Amino acid sequence: MAPVATPFFFYLLGGIMLLGGILVITRRNPVHSALALIVTLLAQASIYLMLYAPFVAGVQIILYAGGIMVLFLFVIMLVSIDRAGKERQLNSQWIVGTIAAIALGGLFIAVYAKGSGIFPEHALPMVENDNTQNIANMLYGQYMFAFEIASLLLLVAIIGAVVMAKKKI
Amino acid sequence: MNHLYEYIQSYLKSDQTPGAAGNMFWVLVYIMLVFAALSVAVIAMNWLERKILAHMQVRLGPMRVGPHGLLQPIADALKLLLKEDLIPAEADALIFWVAPFVVVLAAFTVFVVVPFGPTHAITDMNIGILFMLGVSSLSVLGIVMAGWASNSHYPLIGALRSSAQMVSYEVAMGLAVVSAILMTSLNATGTGTLSMIGIVQAQQAQGEWFIFKFFPLGLIAFFIFAVAMIAETNRAPFDLAEAESELTAGFHTEYSGFRWSLFFLAEYSAMIAVSSIAVTLWLGGWLRPFPNLLSGRAADLIFSLVPGATFLFLAAMCFFNTVRMPKHPLFRVQTMGLAGFGVVLALVGLVLFIPAVSFRVQDVFWFSSKVAVFMYFYIWYRGTFPRYRFDQLMQIGWKTLLPMGLGVLILTASVALLQQNLWHP
Repeated sequence: MAPVATPFFFYLLGGIMLLGGILVITRRNPVHSALALIVTLLAQASIYLMLYAPFVAGVQIILYAGGIMVLFLFVIMLVSIDRAGKERQLNSQWIVGTIAAIALGGLFIAVYAKGSGIFPEHALPMVENDNTQNIANMLYGQYMFAFEIASLLLLVAIIGAVVMAKKKI
Repeated sequence: MNHLYEYIQSYLKSDQTPGAAGNMFWVLVYIMLVFAALSVAVIAMNWLERKILAHMQVRLGPMRVGPHGLLQPIADALKLLLKEDLIPAEADALIFWVAPFVVVLAAFTVFVVVPFGPTHAITDMNIGILFMLGVSSLSVLGIVMAGWASNSHYPLIGALRSSAQMVSYEVAMGLAVVSAILMTSLNATGTGTLSMIGIVQAQQAQGEWFIFKFFPLGLIAFFIFAVAMIAETNRAPFDLAEAESELTAGFHTEYSGFRWSLFFLAEYSAMIAVSSIAVTLWLGGWLRPFPNLLSGRAADLIFSLVPGATFLFLAAMCFFNTVRMPKHPLFRVQTMGLAGFGVVLALVGLVLFIPAVSFRVQDVFWFSSKVAVFMYFYIWYRGTFPRYRFDQLMQIGWKTLLPMGLGVLILTASVALLQQNLWHP
């Protein structure tokens, strides 16, 4: 079978992601922003597919596009659109934000210009079929401790949310 | 020309799905076939649901258009296409316009990986089940978009209810699915699979449908999924998103004509999709009943006669009702129509008796008849259960199904470990 990971698809998906990202910050209507973010996340899932990581792509769709973004929309839909449109679109952290963005952009340009030594010359041959097994072996073998700590962190966040939301438990 | 012919022919010798063989022609043919079959199934479901519900409530149901109302769905479809397509003045036109297509796309894309037989699937992905769950979870986005873009109170409440419900039941559903996937790894190599075809083949290799595996653990997981899938598809008794006594029609109140019919199409094909997940994971997919208990050539022969016999039985029912039609001259056309339908069914039945055809098609027959049982259950639930209140719905999802799912998952894992380490050291 011909490989799908052609430059054409990469530029197409990258373009969709960029367009979605730009729409997220330029739309005044928060629901439109959230929908544009979903487009970006779906294009990102396709890029994972191109990188022969189908499991990551599936999880990206289920968790981000299907789960978290639905909850986002759930909250945003209850916001009054008329009032949200009149809110100031810049807040007082814009100076810090600009500095961080310029720094990150500079880093990208630096890597692009003289980073050829950082990456391996040839990509390792990746076997699509073993992606799920490999991730499972790494998560529950090599990185077991980090994985458990991350779960504990999430558990603390869940309990915290319940404690803050409920007056009487 | 000859080259093209060879390209088309080459797939017939392989024993792979067209997607895995990389043959674009057959991929397109399969997509067309699946799409056509789905549309026919949705039309049939429309008629069956009204008929079965009517008989459950001691009514006749549609009787006027065609014999026993058989042409009613076509009349309905025509009416919907001719209706005016309204977009409310204050609605967000773009999102209002896109929402039905998102729902339909999500509902139909899922069928790319549904295994109707070992080679009868459009393609087989190694993340098959994950893909199905992920893409079908995108349909909630369409519902939310429709509800919000209508800029009206009932649709918004319907969409909010629907999203809360689907996000909550997805958790229990996922846990049930994981416990079934765990069972696929109980083989010599110890590696499970997420591929839809692989899951059925694992059941074949282990000689047991997963619903009976580690009795009653498989059964409980299946039960959790069976409840969660009704909530996922927004059907009675969990149809709070479109509770007509409270919200008019819920999230699609403002939709009319063609756009409304897209929601209808998506709802029914999503029902078929989740039913086929349940069939694949727990009921042995395309495998015929008792593949191990009643094995051998005689059993194979008898079971290969079942598809044809089923169609002949349906044809016999048609002829029986043809005889029972009123003998009034006004009913002559309808009687002839019913007899003609019976003849078509009988012909299909006879074709299915040809060994070559029956050998190719029986997988598809067993898969679809298992799905059909689920579709009947959907109608049956709607005729039986009263609608739940929203807090009851949330209580079932979070306080009953979720702990049950967690328990089943832990127990399945422990039993599987025990079995592999103690009984087969």
